[in-house]
Amino acid sequence: MSDHAEPHIAPLKTYLNVFAALMVLTVLTVWVALFDLGPFNVVVAVTIATVKAYIVILYFMHVKYSAKIIWLTAAAGFVWFILMLALTLADFATRGWLPIPEPW
Amino acid sequence: MSENAAKTENYLNVKHTVASWLFTVDHKRIGVMYLATILLFFFLGGVAAVLFRIELMTPTEMFMASETYNRLFTMHGITMIFFFLIPSIPAVLGNFLLPIMLGARDLAFPRLNLASWYVFTFGGLLGLGAIIFGGVDTGWTFYTPYSSTYANSNVILAALGIFVSGFASIMTGLNFIVTIHKMRAPGLTWFRLPLFVWAHYATSIIIVLGTPVIAITILLVAVERIFSVGIFDPALGGDPVLFQHLFWFYSHPAVYIMILPGMGVVSEIIACFSRKRIFGYHIVAMSSLAIAILGFFVWGHHMFVSSQSMYAGMIFSILSFLVAIPSAIKVFNWVATLYGGSIKLDTPMLYALGFIGLFTIGGLTGLFLATMAVNVHVHDTYFIVAHFHYVMVGGMVMAFFGGLHFWWPKITGKLFPEMLGRITAIIIFIGFNLTFFPQFIVGYLGMPRRYHVYPEEFQLLHVMSTGGAAVLALGYMLMGVYLLYSLILGPKASSNPWKAAGLEWTTPSPPPTENFLEPPVVKHEAYAYTEEDTYRDDAETKGDTHG
Ligand SMILES: [Cu+2]
Repeated sequence: MSDHAEPHIAPLKTYLNVFAALMVLTVLTVWVALFDLGPFNVVVAVTIATVKAYIVILYFMHVKYSAKIIWLTAAAGFVWFILMLALTLADFATRGWLPIPEPW
Repeated sequence: MSENAAKTENYLNVKHTVASWLFTVDHKRIGVMYLATILLFFFLGGVAAVLFRIELMTPTEMFMASETYNRLFTMHGITMIFFFLIPSIPAVLGNFLLPIMLGARDLAFPRLNLASWYVFTFGGLLGLGAIIFGGVDTGWTFYTPYSSTYANSNVILAALGIFVSGFASIMTGLNFIVTIHKMRAPGLTWFRLPLFVWAHYATSIIIVLGTPVIAITILLVAVERIFSVGIFDPALGGDPVLFQHLFWFYSHPAVYIMILPGMGVVSEIIACFSRKRIFGYHIVAMSSLAIAILGFFVWGHHMFVSSQSMYAGMIFSILSFLVAIPSAIKVFNWVATLYGGSIKLDTPMLYALGFIGLFTIGGLTGLFLATMAVNVHVHDTYFIVAHFHYVMVGGMVMAFFGGLHFWWPKITGKLFPEMLGRITAIIIFIGFNLTFFPQFIVGYLGMPRRYHVYPEEFQLLHVMSTGGAAVLALGYMLMGVYLLYSLILGPKASSNPWKAAGLEWTTPSPPPTENFLEPPVVKHEAYAYTEEDTYRDDAETKGDTHG
């Protein structure tokens, strides 16, 4: 574990590559939106967005070059976000499972 | 600095100008500034409570319209939760004590600490502005659509105040985490840390992970109103229950932001006044972390009757039961600590014992509420009002005042009149129970919360409750008077008036600006009250100091 490591300076090329990847993924999002995939519309869009967020966190936010404790902190934020979505969706996804009772 | 000057110069008398306070980066002074600020909000929230408790003495409208009543209970809730309870122990006692308990000179980021006080005060002023310009009538929970489509009060200003003060919490939490990781004195391993520090570590994790969500939620309300994007408004394609999800994702863990530091305070007090090591130290420390993490999995128990899916309700109900386990671990371990201890019933101990009993009632009634079927019966009744006041006031406020008394000699360098302290603690305990126990009954009988006109048969219980509130208010005022007296005329305190263990008691009262006359080295664990504990050096307490 290198808590006191020198600040890492990534080569410009890395940033340009990341930028290009983000652009490609954005175009992909727009392109996919032209097709109706039914329930997978959201799944695909969110997956692409997650990959983009991951790249940003790793490279632009320098987590890739940071100490383990920074990894842990970033991962905690990410996991907590997923926790929030998952349990909220546990509500929204199962609301229709019970039939609405007939009025008396 | 000569030997003599070192003895008399402390953080309080080192400089006297107003600027020396407003621009200080000393964590002790910032803690004292926080104390003054939050006590102001405690007073405001208390005045609102007294007013509506008087109104509630009669079943019909006495001297305030429903509109005014709504604004008063909302003001009470907002000021007490966001501007008093959440910062109470962390920002005051935590700020003051954490670096000293770690043997450090200050927090890791002293300027960030000062900034947090300014940000908090600014947020508080916005909240105050909302009250002055006519108040808010949504209840402290800001449920949509009361707070969005149908808002007719100063919701935006109040929400902005909460949004801003949230950043102060985050700054404090971040500061604590880094300080605990990086600034422990030589020899102070993780398992030699006082439980107060463990509790603040767990609290800080909740603050850092949870507070951004309330900020985002408030922003989303603003985005919906300004840009008409459908988020919470069904007419635009949104869902009002989504607001409740996001709100409680923060606000349930916020309960633990409020109670965990109180548990830390109680652990310190119980150990000192039983002259014993806290029974099951490791598991008590770990249960703080367990509460911090599990606390994030339970928020849906606030939404059993809000059209949340029954299946989600079942998951949240089971998960809510789980949180009772680490909480019960703490209570049982405190009781086990008392067993066989040389117990002294001094003022801080009376508050700590009060905490254990009242928190247990508050926690157990939480289990009733986590049970879906019972919840339907008592939802939004006085039963829940009584439940959370047992946790927040019976728990947290008791712990806060217990801690304030315990460390008062350290903070101010003065002693308070002990006998008066004990009498006041008992008055507060009686007043509290008289106020809130009848609310369990009236709630169970069906009295809904947030109404000031009610069926006549509930009057007796409401009158008892109001009488209790008067006793409680008397207790708080008495405390204010003798603490003020102690501050000005109280006898000087020695460095360790309670004969307590802990680094903070090894330095003069009040401590010098740099906290210690010489940098401390820790050779034994936190609660070295007996010979055996002092020289206990089991495998776990060894190990490296930094990590
Ligand atoms: Cu809750």
